[in-house]
Amino acid sequence: MKNLKRIMLAMAAAASLLAPALPAMAQASDQFIAIPSYRVGPYGTNGQSYYGGYIDYLSYVNLKEGGINGVKLSWEECETEYNNAKGVECYERLKGKNPVTKGTAINAMATGIAYALIDKTAEDKVPLLMVGYGRTDAVDGSVFPYAFPLVTTYQMQVSAIVKYLASKNNGSLAGKKIVFLYHDSAYGKEPIVALEAEATLGKFKLVQIPVAHPGNEQGAQWLKIRQENPDYVIFWGWGVMNQTALKAAQKVGFARDKIIGSWWAGSEEDTVPAGDAAKGYLSATWNVSGKSVPLIADIEKVVYGAGKGNMQDKAKIGSILYNRGVSAALATVEAIRTAQAKYGKGKLMSGEDVRWGLENLNITNARLQQLGASGLLPEIKTSCDNHEGSGKIKIQQWDGGKWVLVSDWIEGNKNLIHPLFKASAAKYAKEKGITPACMK
Amino acid sequence: MFYREAGQFKTSYIADSQIFPIRQDRIGMAILLAVAFVGIPLIGSEYWFSAILIPFLVFALAALGLNILTGYAGQLSLGSAAFMAVGAYAAYNFQLRVEGIPILLSFILAGCCAAAVGVLFGLPSLRIKGFYLAVATLAAQFFVIWVLTKFPWFSNDSSSGVISAQKIDLFGIAINSPVRKYLFVLAIVCVMALLAKNLVRSSTGRAWMAVRDMDVAAEVIGIRLMQTKLLAFAVSSFFCGVAGALYAFCYLGSVEPDGFSLDLSFRILFMIIVGGVGSILGAFLGSAFILLLPIFLDNVLPPLATWLHLPFTNATVSHIQMMLFGALIIFFLIVEPHGLARLWQITKEKLRLWPFPH
Repeated sequence: MKNLKRIMLAMAAAASLLAPALPAMAQASDQFIAIPSYRVGPYGTNGQSYYGGYIDYLSYVNLKEGGINGVKLSWEECETEYNNAKGVECYERLKGKNPVTKGTAINAMATGIAYALIDKTAEDKVPLLMVGYGRTDAVDGSVFPYAFPLVTTYQMQVSAIVKYLASKNNGSLAGKKIVFLYHDSAYGKEPIVALEAEATLGKFKLVQIPVAHPGNEQGAQWLKIRQENPDYVIFWGWGVMNQTALKAAQKVGFARDKIIGSWWAGSEEDTVPAGDAAKGYLSATWNVSGKSVPLIADIEKVVYGAGKGNMQDKAKIGSILYNRGVSAALATVEAIRTAQAKYGKGKLMSGEDVRWGLENLNITNARLQQLGASGLLPEIKTSCDNHEGSGKIKIQQWDGGKWVLVSDWIEGNKNLIHPLFKASAAKYAKEKGITPACMK
Repeated sequence: MFYREAGQFKTSYIADSQIFPIRQDRIGMAILLAVAFVGIPLIGSEYWFSAILIPFLVFALAALGLNILTGYAGQLSLGSAAFMAVGAYAAYNFQLRVEGIPILLSFILAGCCAAAVGVLFGLPSLRIKGFYLAVATLAAQFFVIWVLTKFPWFSNDSSSGVISAQKIDLFGIAINSPVRKYLFVLAIVCVMALLAKNLVRSSTGRAWMAVRDMDVAAEVIGIRLMQTKLLAFAVSSFFCGVAGALYAFCYLGSVEPDGFSLDLSFRILFMIIVGGVGSILGAFLGSAFILLLPIFLDNVLPPLATWLHLPFTNATVSHIQMMLFGALIIFFLIVEPHGLARLWQITKEKLRLWPFPH
């Protein structure tokens, strides 16, 4: 009997441990936003700044305006560690927290997770945001009604980079040699189709060199680059791979101002650890850095003044990734606002409502100015045909201490790239048996 | 008291060779299956199906595959994730390229493809053993991923190398909701677990165990080493291949080669170590342990932290998970190196004598 008693006691103890684990329902009156984020793992430092900015903006909206037309925002984070399976688990967990809003808009900042969620989100009617990353052909809203690669996609970005390089060479890259050095994953491979099309059109030679995940060993690749002696290196890295590349380039003596990175390869997290090796390095970006943007300064004042800031390292406020997180949150909030304008101000928006908001988003420069975010990100105007909404980037250069903009907004070659999206989306639709149609 | 076999007599060979010779086990199993097939679909939530139960079953199947190879045949392998990748991509390609092929057939063929690759990488096992073999199977891990990344044909020329699983249609029934996917996976896993159990009880299984315990002695008593070892590789890879196909079609929906990294192989290896090497039940227990513990901690730690007024962030929770995980694995290995399955066996033996132990 003694044993039995002990077992009963143990079970009672276990039950009391489990009791708080019962899913705490999010406040039913709040617009709940699910945030599958990552702050540990190989890309953790990037996630800290990005989601710090994202959450700070949501807090800012709550503090400054009391929510969106009086609807408070609430959110919950779930750690994915940039792992697809964990990302799916997080999504499934978070979407059940609020029966009306579900997840509002899922933004995992990981191409792999976004891929895994595309079908699930479409089935559950939860918008999937891929702000500046993800499946490029989701630009076609008739095939991907619930997926939004907002602002700009990898293919438009690489096209814009090529345009920038051409402008540095009197408008033509004919006869030049460009190395494409990329992270050998979905993220790194997305732009290849566009780059190959650009190479045929611009008559330059393209050499593709992959780097295995996570990319902290690039000796062989840079030796190959030295042999090839290209005019430019277009660099598609993420996380630890970026600083490694800059140091390796310095070691083999390749000029850093001939390397131009993607926007995920152009943050302080990449250049500061690379030290000297990063000076002169160029990268694309779709948002500017610094606290000179009034919104960022105001966030610091309002949110951190109230002691509700999310960043542990306050020095990173105003960094590229922080501002990018703010931009992504801004687009999300504007989408909810747009949806409210149609479906009723001051009401909770369901996934379907927010989807409409995202598809009819119109963030003009005037609106950006109103928000104090003038110049922070390009104008966004979406439609069923164009879930991207912009396709513009700027080029920035690291001067050893901060990022300096060296170009104005550059738009990729839409006439070349958009047919590629369409073809790829049509292929996907055929594979999946989807009849392309715009949703109302 | 509850678990006494007094009065249960076996009077025929058939009765003697049952999987569950004790009546309580048979009843327990029937109840378990009834709960799994009928009870859980009635009460489970969507989250349970798509985030917990389906991956649990899929990984249990993969662990079963590895357990056949490592636990029963004694051949160390670090390539389980690669064989899963073969299964996933093969099933995708059969569905894509063969018009109107039934899903079950393409899963079986996917398993066969994985088995063929498994045999190929099992060939070195004829010459090398133990850690050396583990390194040889590591080659499978890198080679398969490389092939899938290098040749776009496998991913139907997708620009990113990611494949997106087709819709499943089983004899006219669309397997589209989480409950249906769960039942589909459960049925396949049950059939294959039964198959595995019977395989290891048969002469094949005894040959595997003889090879595991001492291959020279096994050869002396007339077991043909080459056939036995390669069969173990084939069967194990078949199981992993089907698990990979289920992983792609019923769990994630879309996979990329990088998803089947060495990390996943290690996870499967941990599953059989924690669950119990050389035990069918162990594969299920191990899979449950490795998958559920992080989710459990994820749910328990934050409320606990607020209760104790500790400043916890999500990152801290994640770090604590990792530490606790490592500590628990070490604890298990020290306290019970034969895993959870052995603990269950000890419990049963104790129950048999309870309440009068001697």
